[in-house]
Amino acid sequence: MSEITPENVRHLASLARILVTDEEVEKLAKELDVIVESVAQVKSAVSEDTPATSHPIPMANVYREDEVKPSLSQQQALSNAPDQAEGKFKVNAILDEE
Amino acid sequence: MAKAELMDFDKAIEKYEVVIGLEVHVELNTNTKMFCGCANVFGNEPNTNVCPVCLGLPGALPVVNGKAVESSIAIGLALNCSIAADGRFARKNYFYPDLSKNFQTSQYDEPIAYEGDLDVPVASGKVFTVGIERAHMEEDAGKLTHVGGAGRIQGAEHSLVDFNRAGVPLVEIVTKPIYGAEAEAPELASAYVRQIREIVRAMDVSDARMERGNVRCDANVSLRPRGQEKLGTRTETKNVNSLRSVENAVRYEIQRQAHILESGGSITQETRHWHEDKKYTSAGRPKSDADDYRYFPEPDLVPVQPSDELIEKIRSLLPENPASRRVRLQSEWGMGDLEFRDIVNSDLLDEVDQTVSLGASPQAAKKWWTGEIARIANVEGKEFTELEITPKDVAELEEMIQSGKLNDRLAREALAGVIAGEGNVSEVMASRGLEVVSDDGALTAAVDKALAEQPDVLEKIKAGKEQAAGAIIGAVMKEMRGQADAARVRELILERAKA
Amino acid sequence: MSEVYKKPASELAHMVQNKEISSVELTKLFLDRSEKLNPLTNSYLQITRESALEQAENADRMIASGEAPSALTGVPIAVKDNLTTTDAITTAGSKILENYLPQYDSTVVSKLRAAGMPILGKTNLDEFAMGSSTEFSAYGPSKNPWDLERIPGGSGGGSSSAVSGFLAPIAIGSDTGGSIRFPAAVTGSVGAKPTYGAVSRYGLIALASSLDQVGPVTNDVTDAAMLQDVIAGHDPMDSTSLTESLGQMAEFAKNNDVKGLRIGVIKQLASDGFHPGIKARFDESIQLLTDAGAQIVEVDCPSFEYAVSAYYLILPAEASSNLARFDSVRFGKRVLPEGSPTIERVMAATREAGFGPEVKRRIILGTYALSSGYYDAYYGSAQKVRTLIQRDFEKAFAAADVLISPTAPTTAFKFGEKLDDPLAMYLNDIATIPANLAGIPGISVPNGLAENDMPSGLQILAPAMKDGLMYSAAAGIEKLHNDQWGKRMIDFAPELGVN
Ligand SMILES: [Mg+2]
Ligand SMILES: [Zn+2]
Repeated sequence: MSEITPENVRHLASLARILVTDEEVEKLAKELDVIVESVAQVKSAVSEDTPATSHPIPMANVYREDEVKPSLSQQQALSNAPDQAEGKFKVNAILDEE
Repeated sequence: MAKAELMDFDKAIEKYEVVIGLEVHVELNTNTKMFCGCANVFGNEPNTNVCPVCLGLPGALPVVNGKAVESSIAIGLALNCSIAADGRFARKNYFYPDLSKNFQTSQYDEPIAYEGDLDVPVASGKVFTVGIERAHMEEDAGKLTHVGGAGRIQGAEHSLVDFNRAGVPLVEIVTKPIYGAEAEAPELASAYVRQIREIVRAMDVSDARMERGNVRCDANVSLRPRGQEKLGTRTETKNVNSLRSVENAVRYEIQRQAHILESGGSITQETRHWHEDKKYTSAGRPKSDADDYRYFPEPDLVPVQPSDELIEKIRSLLPENPASRRVRLQSEWGMGDLEFRDIVNSDLLDEVDQTVSLGASPQAAKKWWTGEIARIANVEGKEFTELEITPKDVAELEEMIQSGKLNDRLAREALAGVIAGEGNVSEVMASRGLEVVSDDGALTAAVDKALAEQPDVLEKIKAGKEQAAGAIIGAVMKEMRGQADAARVRELILERAKA
Repeated sequence: MSEVYKKPASELAHMVQNKEISSVELTKLFLDRSEKLNPLTNSYLQITRESALEQAENADRMIASGEAPSALTGVPIAVKDNLTTTDAITTAGSKILENYLPQYDSTVVSKLRAAGMPILGKTNLDEFAMGSSTEFSAYGPSKNPWDLERIPGGSGGGSSSAVSGFLAPIAIGSDTGGSIRFPAAVTGSVGAKPTYGAVSRYGLIALASSLDQVGPVTNDVTDAAMLQDVIAGHDPMDSTSLTESLGQMAEFAKNNDVKGLRIGVIKQLASDGFHPGIKARFDESIQLLTDAGAQIVEVDCPSFEYAVSAYYLILPAEASSNLARFDSVRFGKRVLPEGSPTIERVMAATREAGFGPEVKRRIILGTYALSSGYYDAYYGSAQKVRTLIQRDFEKAFAAADVLISPTAPTTAFKFGEKLDDPLAMYLNDIATIPANLAGIPGISVPNGLAENDMPSGLQILAPAMKDGLMYSAAAGIEKLHNDQWGKRMIDFAPELGVN
């Protein structure tokens, strides 16, 4: 049975904020299904008590002094902004979620 | 969206058991942000406290602010929490234009502090022990302003983003479900928030100014018919940003939900938004599978493993806990319960305490803060923290009165001047010329003038009717535009009469 | 004596610092050659003549004043286009960053500037370093100088084709699962991935934060060691940056005697799946090492069979989050759909148009691996496999000082051969991925010609922090080969641009 359905892909694409056409959804579902089926073997490789490694070289407690460092100027900050106004980044109206 | 129909509060409490849960976000007052060296300050020009890290530019990496970690541990300890020996940051993934990386660096299953409790007294004198589930570190988002559509997100033409606040350190404190507060639930909610605020202010880890959003509360409310095991569906009212609002919002939700349940409806699990102006909550986004935040350990940061030494050092520096502090102050000041609670409930304990420690008498300090200052705040519709007045000013004011340099009327005028931003008490006295005249020369002249104008009164006094002096005192005070020491004037009159 | 442009960087540095040739002359030489040949190889996305010459003049001044800040001062270098540069557009091979001029320099680039190494240009890569052939670059693939019909490896095919085609004497790459080592293997050059954290990632546009590492791409081992000395070192801007120094790699590389060296052959990477020619060259090298007095042992790493699967869960998961910031708010491309779209739709349309197929594939795969209900099975299990692989390495390094394997199962394939078969493409990394999962250093050195008379590579792995040992062993094997061949393998490469 296939792990990845077109419905999955549609939901995942919306979580990832990527617009997808129906053709893309079909294509991705097929490709991802093959990949997932193959990578799913990790499940069988490990057991409950195997510790997880999220960082290759164990380190801890790396901190910064609470000292102010120079920031960018407003002009530098906005230098790559696709759109701006009043010293701020300008974006289209936000989907009303209130 | 108008107010919903509400059930009478007492009726609601009678029929339903109220369960509340509170999430309080505390903005830390560190010099710099959580993960970068940008200044953590309020009110600068937009996008001037930003850098590649807090702007989420490609390739930038976070580095944890050690001071923020210590402040978070301090908060955890003050809430009687255990401190995690191995805590980690996690990414909370969701897209929003004020979130520069489109994930919030937060903590998930390994918060820095967990399993604590806090005793919260309410007006009735009852003390509730609120269970603390966790306190975790995270970063604030940027600030959105909506243009068009009356500045609301609804119907706005576009929005503007300022990232100065992005990356400001937050500690999110989450309570366990709070049962059994009954009719006191709304008050308990605000008392809890007030106490959190007292604690972080006392520890000086946050400016704790709610009007600036330094302390923000999300209130979860659910009702269940009495005797029912299963918890009711809850709503989460977002960003209730004053103590007043916390109480009102919880009360409103109880009445709103009660009405719905009563009329056979069911509660939708959703976030709601409190409108302080019109005193109602409006529906927000319903919970959905769109809320899949895909938390995973932040690979750009390493674990937080505070040593026992560090934890104990921080513990040893903790200030006295508010509850026992209140007990101590009440007895030190020799106040009755009502009198003392008057101070606590008007949220002026710190101010009165500081004023007293600067030399004023407890009674006087209380009088000024809960009286004239509270009145002015009320008139101006401000939090007293917004007024230009400090305990130092009040103490100085009281000192002037004690030394006879000010009488009560002049003192009020001086206070008004200070609040109007004209400087400290002595500066205002100088600029407004508010000093009680005790220079005998000037006073004697005024006395003689008054006596000359009312010879009959002089005769009465000579005849031993000293109470008649009142008329002369009045005249002299009038002449001196109130700036005279009435007692001294009386002495002078009597001297003259005997002469 | 060969043409100047074919000399190793170590010799060029010597010539410049002895004023036999100026850095400006040398830089011009490579700029001219690059401008002439780049149309053939598409190694560079951008050749930065002006800034390169400025930096060269600066280098000459440094040398004139008798204070060359590094052993490579004056030698021009090519930089992979996923490292930010304030004076050159940085695209990461993606359309979404078409015109992006970064507001800050990556730490590695700052170090190159400080070392007086002029930057010739930014080299091509698969979009966001996702790929093994540069066919996923939004700006067209780079070509393999040995056969322009074939891929130069990926993701760092721009740097490998620049160095192996002598368009640059030396280059910077980044390696997340083999993106330095695989390109080196298929172009007959040398590529090293240092221990995770040895080189700062600040300013490296992140693919998978816990796997990414920046490293040298060169034509011999000494050059690689010298370049690592320039770019390595603790960086307070990168929380995962190593605090301790690993020593001077150039010194280690001088010790090139393999006598008595315990060399482990990884059973799982010496058998099926590797093309016959690859296998044959590998066995010959083992014999060569044995004859030279090295001690060959077989080591068993059973968990390696899960490495590719774990990698293709961890990488997409981290990438899906790292690439969320490309949302058209603060920088980068913005695509406006028809009508009056909300920002949500603008973001989705931008990411649809701005990302290529492989990037979308991996983002969605990663989103899946992290989504609720699947996390434990996929991302969680993959992180556990990581632990198993580290344990395998621990055991292996108890029996051997260094480990060797073929760098890749095949030689350079033809364009399009694997484009429609992601899984086949992913399997190129089978030998290189384990080092990234475990954070250990790995290097690929030329290992003779195999299928289609194309280069093959030999990979040498050393324990974490033992990069020096890796360079010694690599220098030893390189010497044995060069003595046998009479010259460097790269000197067998066909002359570019001749008919
Ligand atoms: Mg939170
Ligand atoms: Zn910043």
